Amino acid sequence: MSNQPATEARGQEWRSRFPAVNYLNADYGIKSWLLTVDHKRIALLYLISISFFFAIGGAYAMAIRMELLTPQGDLMQSHTYNKVFTHHGIMMVFFFLIPSIPATLGNFLVPLMIGAKDLAFPKINLLSWYVYMVGAILTFAALLNGGVDTGWTFYTPYSTAFSNTYVVLAGVGIFITGFSSILTGLNFIVTIHTMRAPGMTWFRLPLFIWSNYAASLIMILGTPVIAITVLLVALERLAGIGIFDPRLGGDPVLFQHLFWFYSHPAVYIMILPSMGVISELVATFSRKPIFGYSFVAFSSLAIAVFGFLVWGHHLFASSQSVYAGMIFSIISFVVAIPSAVKVFNWTATLYKGSISYDTPMLYAFAFIGLFLIGGMTGLFLAALGLDIHVHDTYFVVAHFHYVMVGGTMMGYLGGLHCWWPKITGRMYPEGWARFAALVIFVGFNLTFFPQFLVGYMGMPRRYHAYPTDEPMWQVLHVMSSGGASILGIGMLIPVVYFVWSMRYGRFAPANPWPGTGLEWRTPSPPPTENFAVTPTVTWEAYEYRPMEETEVIGPGKTPDQPIGGQHPLNQAETEKRQ
Amino acid sequence: MAHAEAVEHGHHAPEAAHEALAHHFDNLEQQREAGALGMWVFIAQEVMFFGGLFLAYLIYRMKYPEAFMAASNHLDWKLGTVNTAVLITSSLTMAMAVWATQVGRARRTQVLFMALTMLLGFVFLGIKVVEYSTKYRDGLIPIAGWFDPHFALPAGVTVQNFQMFYWIYFAMTGLHALHMIIGIAILIPIMWAAWRGRYSPEYHAPVEIFGLYWHFVDIVWIFLFPLLYLLGVHFHAGGGH
Repeated sequence: MSNQPATEARGQEWRSRFPAVNYLNADYGIKSWLLTVDHKRIALLYLISISFFFAIGGAYAMAIRMELLTPQGDLMQSHTYNKVFTHHGIMMVFFFLIPSIPATLGNFLVPLMIGAKDLAFPKINLLSWYVYMVGAILTFAALLNGGVDTGWTFYTPYSTAFSNTYVVLAGVGIFITGFSSILTGLNFIVTIHTMRAPGMTWFRLPLFIWSNYAASLIMILGTPVIAITVLLVALERLAGIGIFDPRLGGDPVLFQHLFWFYSHPAVYIMILPSMGVISELVATFSRKPIFGYSFVAFSSLAIAVFGFLVWGHHLFASSQSVYAGMIFSIISFVVAIPSAVKVFNWTATLYKGSISYDTPMLYAFAFIGLFLIGGMTGLFLAALGLDIHVHDTYFVVAHFHYVMVGGTMMGYLGGLHCWWPKITGRMYPEGWARFAALVIFVGFNLTFFPQFLVGYMGMPRRYHAYPTDEPMWQVLHVMSSGGASILGIGMLIPVVYFVWSMRYGRFAPANPWPGTGLEWRTPSPPPTENFAVTPTVTWEAYEYRPMEETEVIGPGKTPDQPIGGQHPLNQAETEKRQ
Repeated sequence: MAHAEAVEHGHHAPEAAHEALAHHFDNLEQQREAGALGMWVFIAQEVMFFGGLFLAYLIYRMKYPEAFMAASNHLDWKLGTVNTAVLITSSLTMAMAVWATQVGRARRTQVLFMALTMLLGFVFLGIKVVEYSTKYRDGLIPIAGWFDPHFALPAGVTVQNFQMFYWIYFAMTGLHALHMIIGIAILIPIMWAAWRGRYSPEYHAPVEIFGLYWHFVDIVWIFLFPLLYLLGVHFHAGGGH
């Protein structure tokens, strides 16, 4: 940060002006956390649990990369390898990527950004965390008991006739976890519709809200379909019922249709909230209003709507009719348009902006670059003819890691850094954070770019061995495994300094960057009810000034003042404690 | 404590004092809107949940039309019709219960309509039990090793395709019955609150929102009834009735 002593001083000043009581210290003890209905505390519960499952998924990823260092299948047998990549996928997709941004940053920020005291249904919000934990623990138990070897997609008949592993237990866990996602989406939609502060019109909403709204629509309309599908697979295994079993007149491809009807839009559950984060970061750190606000807002909805119509591009090689294939191919190309609208509008926002290279902005840059590669290779895969060539190769693996890790992870980390001062009331160490962002960016590209090449050369996914007479293959795999180690270390650095900063970080001012959103107009960390009085919004979104003006007269049209001053209850509570 | 804060914020002081107002809402109207919208979103979710089964039904009915007609012919369309009437009537009594709370009728009236709704729900489930037991008697439970129809199938219809219909029938009506049972369970505390006089023209959101759920479950049945029961009524080649 360019002006550390100034920020430090402002942080101290804010501390002295504001009461010591906030959502973190309003109550103590394990019960006050496990039974909390405060959206901010629930966000932290989610943050801890998804980080745990991310670490598990990451460990499996390292095991995969270790095996692929050498062409021979020498570290594990093929059956073990099947389980390892299945566990990696299940943990990362269902227990990290899907809840990642909505359940943590979304939970924390949606009420703050729209000027509400909480989400519309605080108890349902807490319930969603418990539902998530029950599902996660059941699935985790299935993995510990011997695991699942079907791949994270649970394709029939791998998951029905040909598997003796814990498919039902893992499936039930995923079924249950799906409901936590439905409950979160329901809460967001209702909150955004009914809980906005006076003056907070739809077109004054931060774009983070728009993108979470779009993602919530997918959670609501997509997740129940995977729920019924998993239920049918479980019934098929338990009761021998043959909806997906050709011996009983069923059709295994129906499973693929139902599965991807959810699981393709689920990719947009992962990426849309991340795009929302990037919109916030780009505007805040280039000190400019976002270029084409309404285009960016509606592009989120367009992605959500078109996202439901492209599932067939996963079935180009699965007996789908060629005419259906052509239509799905065309619609998949159409989804690229709203995605491109976002990328162009972000870059247009940067143009002549007053850009600062704080850590969140580094992640925003990383997102734009990596999402560009991930999205463009998605077009390769949406092209019918080319997809036949690269179908089920490492090209596909590299593509979706660029979108999911390069997209969602970068947005998640960028958002976490941007709002960490708001969440904890402490600044993270900027130097270390920039260093970690660089390590992660280098490690990520070294891991996944070689996979495009090895995939294009024909290396299939889900194999634990590959031929030795292709010398380039091993070179590329060694690069990828080396990159994975760098990426793994890069991920550990933020864990260390985030934990460190909770105790030793500098005090954060209410508005460290400074931003113009409502969440920056309440103390860091916020009081339990977020605002001393319900704010009234009289300004448009992203009314940013260049940094030079900001330092003199405040971040936007309204002065750098908290809303409403002292909270009466909070004041009384502070005096009592002193 | 929550009320105290609400009063201090003071936008809607008289209304805000209502005991049912949660701390994070400004007034009862906002709370009711949020609850109702929440139920609508939940219903949208339910449509997609049942939608997966409707898709499976559509595909296999197109694939095996004769088997589906013959199998449908073994459902008792008379009991199905009675159940349809029972459910529609229960929707009426539920609407009356909502009305009774909205206009502030005596709590006895409110509870009466709710009790009628619940009774009709039980009648529906009772008839469903009778139907399921007939299917058990006829060997039509589509579980591996159990399915063994006690009658000759029409020419060209295989046991597997016949079974496919029953598998979808039990999945759909079973899920529907589960929703009925959950509905009845939710109605109990609402009736209890009505009996204690909690609902008034000012505050009746739980009754109204539960009504939405109950009507939705009824509508699912309105779709299930013709799709499952009426395929084979005009088609007697399969025997049975």
